[in-house]
Amino acid sequence: MATTTAAPDVTGPGRPRRPGRPGRANRGRRTGRPLLPYLLLAPAIVLELAIHVVPMVVGVWMSLLGLTQFSIRDWSTAPFVGLDNYRVTLDVDSASGAALLSSFWVTVRYTLLSVGLSWVLGTAAAVVLQRPFRGRAVLRALFLTPYALPVYAAVITWSFLLQRDTGLVNHVLVDQLGILDDRPFWLIGNNSFVALLVVSVWKSWPFAFLCIMAGLQNIPGEMYEAAAIDGAGFWRRFQYVTLPSLRPVNLVLLLVLFLWTFNDFNTPYVLFGGSAPEQADLVSIHIYRSSFQTWDFGSGSAMSVALLLFLLLVSAGYLLVTNRRRDHA
Amino acid sequence: MRETAGERWARRVVLTLLTLFVVTPLYVMVTSAAKPLRDVQSGFTWWPSRPTLQAFVDMWSTVPLASYLVNSLVVSTVAALFSVTIAVFAAFAVSRYRFRGRGLFTMTVLSTQMFPGILFLLPLFLIYVNLGNATGVQLYASRTGLIITYLTFSLPFSIWMLVGYFDSIPRGLDEAAQVDGAGPLRTLFQVILPAAVPGIVAVTVYAFMTAWGEVLFASVMTNEGSRTLAVGLQGYSTQFNVYWNQIMAASLVVSVPVVAGFLALQRYFVAGLTAGAVK
Repeated sequence: MATTTAAPDVTGPGRPRRPGRPGRANRGRRTGRPLLPYLLLAPAIVLELAIHVVPMVVGVWMSLLGLTQFSIRDWSTAPFVGLDNYRVTLDVDSASGAALLSSFWVTVRYTLLSVGLSWVLGTAAAVVLQRPFRGRAVLRALFLTPYALPVYAAVITWSFLLQRDTGLVNHVLVDQLGILDDRPFWLIGNNSFVALLVVSVWKSWPFAFLCIMAGLQNIPGEMYEAAAIDGAGFWRRFQYVTLPSLRPVNLVLLLVLFLWTFNDFNTPYVLFGGSAPEQADLVSIHIYRSSFQTWDFGSGSAMSVALLLFLLLVSAGYLLVTNRRRDHA
Repeated sequence: MRETAGERWARRVVLTLLTLFVVTPLYVMVTSAAKPLRDVQSGFTWWPSRPTLQAFVDMWSTVPLASYLVNSLVVSTVAALFSVTIAVFAAFAVSRYRFRGRGLFTMTVLSTQMFPGILFLLPLFLIYVNLGNATGVQLYASRTGLIITYLTFSLPFSIWMLVGYFDSIPRGLDEAAQVDGAGPLRTLFQVILPAAVPGIVAVTVYAFMTAWGEVLFASVMTNEGSRTLAVGLQGYSTQFNVYWNQIMAASLVVSVPVVAGFLALQRYFVAGLTAGAVK
């Protein structure tokens, strides 16, 4: 932590600053102190290295070792097994490989649905709140509340709503509306995927709303006026003014939501109490369980590294495709 | 530009549905916290027939909630303060200097956002444990370890948002200060920081919320003494009983401060996101 105080020392009173040359060329580039930016960045770099980069490298190394609960105290006793962990965990013919593959597809479906629904709800809310009316500020605050709520508090509350015998959901569906005759279980079996999805959308759509609301503020009102004068109705204005203007926001938003949702651990962990049913067994939970409950750290690391490679590929592909389309447009 | 009748009705329908969706769990949280244990365990009712605040009393003794609360407060506050301080210096460098590796730094920091937490959870856990065994510096199961971990979680987004904020402050102000003989750090503290106060406050709240709500690392990196609310609230479900009314009461108590803080500062969030998104 001492690194945070290092930055102020470097300027030292003994080194008066050269007055900057006026002129456009000098804007934003102060020469003469080539070290200063690096010193300012040092604390951030050191921490990112220590907490993210080094553990990641260690993780890759671990994935090449035959680590078990016996060798975890002293890694030198763990044999180097090369790609064996990958071969075993990614072998879809074996039981564990098949379980991982099923978990992967559950996660893909979960991510696509959750991100899509969150984006639709966020856009709808931002668009209908674009025009001022009484109560707008209250609704905006209300819609942002799920985002501000601590994840565990929100998810625990949902798990209460979804209890079979004492929850609100079954009370409404069975007792009040009579849509269903039997009280279904929501937190085990096939319904658990739906439950997970609803909870996930509930707490991620406000973030989409927040970002799109910020994006809408950059659209000048005259653009809508001009479109309206040209006779454009609501959908055409949305299609030709709103959506294109939101493009830069949406590009970042969709990627961020995708990564957060694909890596989601908190929602299933709190909703199902640590062990998700297989219909809602997201990859993060899957890896967590095989690492900390069966203490098979080697294959846990192999799965994590495979997950990272997959996310890197998807993100790189996404950025390539979206950049190319921008260049051609 | 007038709103057509169809648009007005569509707006009302959308807003009503979204409000119902958002409010329902919040309503259940509040009303269930005001019910006695027997009522939450025997079928759902919309309204507490025998309202009581007993759950808000009992929740402190069922689990050591006060200890979890203090741990969460200390960890989140210290992590937020360090995170923002570090982010201010980093964002100043990125916003005001052109240096070799600038793009690489921005890319690397932002891409750490995309790493699955589970990927570095295992190695970090083992590094903390082994560091403790080798040097006696206990990061595993300590508040310090959690603080260091959490502050890196909010760092990337904090830097990104502050760069956006700093970029929106005219460079003419810097240059005027320099003509008066101010060095880079005096420029930062006397010119840029005062103009960026809303952004800094918003980032601080974001960093606090990130630490306050973190579950994954808290579930592995804490023991009974350093347990935070994120894990501690699970203690209300025991083998014998699930104290739903106390869970809802405790959830309410730990949510109100962060929700209030966030809502009070939400327009600075929007401003920060707008500044960041323009680039």
